[in-house]
Amino acid sequence: MYEILKDDFFLWLKGQLGQKEILAPRLKEEGYLFLPWDGEELELTGYTNTLKPVKDAFFPQWEALIRYRMDKGKPVQVMGENPATKPLILFGVRPCDARSILLLDRVFNGPKYKDQHYRERRENTFVISLACSEPASTCFCQDLGISPLAKEGSDILLVDLGDKFLALADTLKGEEILQERPFSPATPGSMDKFQALQGVSRQAAAASLVPEILSGELSQVFVLPLWDEIYRKCLNCGVCTYLCPTCHCFDISDETTDTEGRRVRSWDSCMFGNFTQHGSGHNPRPTGKERIRQRVLHKFKYFPENYLAVACVGCGRCVAKCPVNFDIREVLKRLGGCQDDMSM
Amino acid sequence: MTCQCEIKNPYLPYQMEILEVVEENPEKDLKTFTLGFLNEADHGTFLYTPGQFAEISVFGTGEAPFGIASSPTEKGIVRFSVKKVGRVTTALHILEKGDLVGLRGPLGNSWPLEKFAGKNLVLVGGGFAFTTLRSLVCYILDEENRKNYGNLTVVYGARNPGQLLYKEELQDWSARPDIDIHLTIDRPVEGWWGKVGFVPAVTEQVVTSSENAVAVVCGPPVMIKFTLPVLKKIGFTSENIFTSLEMKMKCGIGMCGRCNIGNKFVCKDGPVFSMAELEKLPAEY
Ligand SMILES: Cc1cc2nc3c(=O)[nH]c(=O)nc-3n(C[C@H](O)[C@H](O)[C@H](O)COP(=O)(O)OP(=O)(O)OC[C@H]3O[C@@H](n4cnc5c(N)ncnc54)[C@H](O)[C@@H]3O)c2cc1C
Ligand code: SF4
Ligand code: SF4
Ligand code: FES
Repeated sequence: MYEILKDDFFLWLKGQLGQKEILAPRLKEEGYLFLPWDGEELELTGYTNTLKPVKDAFFPQWEALIRYRMDKGKPVQVMGENPATKPLILFGVRPCDARSILLLDRVFNGPKYKDQHYRERRENTFVISLACSEPASTCFCQDLGISPLAKEGSDILLVDLGDKFLALADTLKGEEILQERPFSPATPGSMDKFQALQGVSRQAAAASLVPEILSGELSQVFVLPLWDEIYRKCLNCGVCTYLCPTCHCFDISDETTDTEGRRVRSWDSCMFGNFTQHGSGHNPRPTGKERIRQRVLHKFKYFPENYLAVACVGCGRCVAKCPVNFDIREVLKRLGGCQDDMSM
Repeated sequence: MTCQCEIKNPYLPYQMEILEVVEENPEKDLKTFTLGFLNEADHGTFLYTPGQFAEISVFGTGEAPFGIASSPTEKGIVRFSVKKVGRVTTALHILEKGDLVGLRGPLGNSWPLEKFAGKNLVLVGGGFAFTTLRSLVCYILDEENRKNYGNLTVVYGARNPGQLLYKEELQDWSARPDIDIHLTIDRPVEGWWGKVGFVPAVTEQVVTSSENAVAVVCGPPVMIKFTLPVLKKIGFTSENIFTSLEMKMKCGIGMCGRCNIGNKFVCKDGPVFSMAELEKLPAEY
């Protein structure tokens, strides 16, 4: 464990600007967004989390995968698109979002298939997270067994101790930085404070909101009567999946002029009807019922079965931004999960 | 620390030249494309097994997945039979010999050849879904491979003779002693020399034993639906019946998230499944 005076930290961060681009939470009209930072004072007093999840930095909403030229009388020329991957520091990531990066790694950096663009951005990015002290009412990381002080997925996690940050590393890259000045080993006093904070935040012991029933037979879960009901108010707008830090679904399409083409990928959503529609018109998920079931089961059953972790980090963006107040916590509770939360 | 191994862009297709286009049906909406590698060196890296699929790029339009209809024993070419249904397939149908397309793959799993070794094989196909069954038949009929498999029985049906793929080849196969092939059409037509009747009924007639045998079924959903009980009646267990699924696909590598049935991605864990595997999944396909 290490520590650093806040002023020293921001001086150090500013010093990184020469070699790296830095994205930090910046307040816009709608809320906080990760935007380029050029060293001026950061206003983080009402900051709980960014509107858009951090996945954008590795898996952008829109990007070209390949490019081709179709000149008359010449063979088509095809080239891989090279993303501009400048070394990047992401500052101010919340622990839930940092964890989501580890989940996306399992999809985009698997044993058999690896996404080149994702990997390059990932390797070029240094993640400095900020532990949460005041979770929002829509936050439910702790009900999923995730601590607001967790360092997983961050290169460095900073914990606010008043005029100082306590600093923990979760990677070798992070550890190497913390071993050098201006960081210094944490004093016993700082460590005590950290321990006290950990005591205050409910211990991330049990993932109590993840219903037991979801580890059972799919044939039983699939036909639960609740699927016939919960989808009714959903508009299939897809906002919940676009804003989800772990949602990784995308579409691939070609954008072309007469002589040039780009094959691009853009975020897509299982909440859209045409997501699974076959060429013949047949659709395995024809109504909102099948789509909501897919969203819930993908996150809480299929992903855990394939990648050994729930594909939800409790950031609460889907709860906060759904136009019809569809609340995934309610669904989990109705499936048998429990949440120890006064506001509910 | 960071791995320095070079990661290739998985979306970069091979450059292919169309060597031949064959119109398969009188309606001209079903064509077989034979593709060759533009760069000689690519040829050796496209290593596939019958049952796999690949994404064909029509530059200027987009990509779509198709089962590989050729067999790896047919060196130097890759073949696909494509029905014209939408954007990409229509654009592909306009292309001619000498035009270039992209090819990405091979993708997915394959017919489980290791489970087929030493077994009698019953292949049941319908309509234009015969593509990867053709790949399998060609593979087994190859001189090197034939001895590794028992009897080969094929039942292949279509609405009318015009809709059968690979007509010349089917005739050649009919004349061979090492394959027992039964072609059938739905209703009698003048000059037709094969059987008349639906695929499930013909299967019931010609397949008499499931002893030391596996069955492979590929075709329209209704054909599969009525063929399965027939195969079960003959004695095939769910573990010994295999089929190939089609889903809407984009990435083909388990990332874009649209082709799952339960926790299985059809592009990565399929497209080939045993009925025993499918029975464990919801019928969301
Ligand atoms: C593993 C696998 C193997 C396959 N193997 C084969 C194979 O061997 N051979 C084969 O032919 N196919 C095969 N397919 C199916 C093939 O992938 C699809 O037919 C293909 O993707 C269709 O692409 P498209 O762009 O032509 O159609 P799309 O344009 O994506 O959609 C076509 C459908 O939408 C309708 N449509 C399109 N545009 C419009 C519009 N503007 N308004 C209303 N309706 C519209 C069309 O009528 C058509 O029904 C396979 C699929 C998979 C997953
Ligand atoms: S399937 Fe749905 S819930 Fe799962 S990652 Fe894709 S968009 Fe998100
Ligand atoms: S944000 Fe709400 S309304 Fe929109 S798709 Fe998600 S659950 Fe449905
Ligand atoms: S096609 Fe993308 S996950 Fe299967």
